[in-house]
Amino acid sequence: MIYLELFISFFTIGAFSFGGGYAMIPLIERELVRNQAWLTAQQFIDILAIAEITPGPVAINAATFAGYKVSGLLGGIAANLGIVVPSLMAVMTMAYIVQRFQGAPLLKSALAAVRPVVVVLIFMAAVTVGRQTILDFKSAGIAVLALTLMLRTKLNPILLLIGAGIAGVIIF
Amino acid sequence: MVLPAPRNPTLSTLFWSFFRVGAFTFGGGLAMLPVMQREIVDRQGWQSEHEFVDVLAIAQSSPGAIAINTAIFTGYKLLGVPGVAVAIAGVVLPSFLIITVLAATLTAAEPPLLLTKFFLGIRPAVVALILAAAIGIGRNVLIDRFNIMLAAVALGVSLVSNIHPAILIAGAALFGYLHQQLLSRRGVRP
Repeated sequence: MIYLELFISFFTIGAFSFGGGYAMIPLIERELVRNQAWLTAQQFIDILAIAEITPGPVAINAATFAGYKVSGLLGGIAANLGIVVPSLMAVMTMAYIVQRFQGAPLLKSALAAVRPVVVVLIFMAAVTVGRQTILDFKSAGIAVLALTLMLRTKLNPILLLIGAGIAGVIIF
Repeated sequence: MVLPAPRNPTLSTLFWSFFRVGAFTFGGGLAMLPVMQREIVDRQGWQSEHEFVDVLAIAQSSPGAIAINTAIFTGYKLLGVPGVAVAIAGVVLPSFLIITVLAATLTAAEPPLLLTKFFLGIRPAVVALILAAAIGIGRNVLIDRFNIMLAAVALGVSLVSNIHPAILIAGAALFGYLHQQLLSRRGVRP
């Protein structure tokens, strides 16, 4: 049954990708294009292009598009369930552990040591994305202006993104 | 820092918060962090900044998409299992709806020029948003020598190697645990 196959494929993708959407892309390509031959290489590139210009997690975008192309609306739902279920199992287990040992001094000190590392990981994400997107004076200008506004004002990030998009239409 | 008055989360406010996160996240992964921080910490006051950072640590060290993992953990912490269902639905629905419509109608994948330019403008701003989140959270976390030292080590390791975030997080947790055990043995209370 195709829905079950879609579910299993995306379950495998979800379960073996750590570090979010972009880490999933090679797994999705191997599973859908090479293993299952559900999509052509060109269709896969189209999915990436669409995932780039639409909001939302890359994994969900890819699962919805691939599931739909393979077997319509229900295919999209089956693929999405496949992506979500491994997360659900892993995160609920973690949530249970954290709640069970809440207030335990050793868990507290473990979490306290993790916080500075998370700050670094966020910073590194900015560096990685920045290398791919800040390529000229125009894009650097938008980034500097946006950073200044974020640090100096209480501007809503959603409005900031829309403003940056309008600026892009004008200057690019 | 003045904390906002915490509001009681309801299933409907939780849904719409994560719906906004799903609808305004471009570029995936940590790009959604500023929008999420604004919803959960600044706007609704459901979590302190420290609690939010703990959620991120768990979301990044679990398999799957960071947005989904964060939705699951936050939903569970605030409203239990119904909270999980509502938060997942909220974060997934915008993408699901948009992509289904696109997949059904799109014949050529070439997006219109105007849209391409719009996104050329958005991407550098996403970098700024992520950087602003790192600075904002860093100000509250990097407050003593222990934390600054840990961050410096993590930064050094990330710059010179391709180490996976989950391994860095697990390593830091283990270090914090052992460090505390050492202190307890010397009779220092946490």
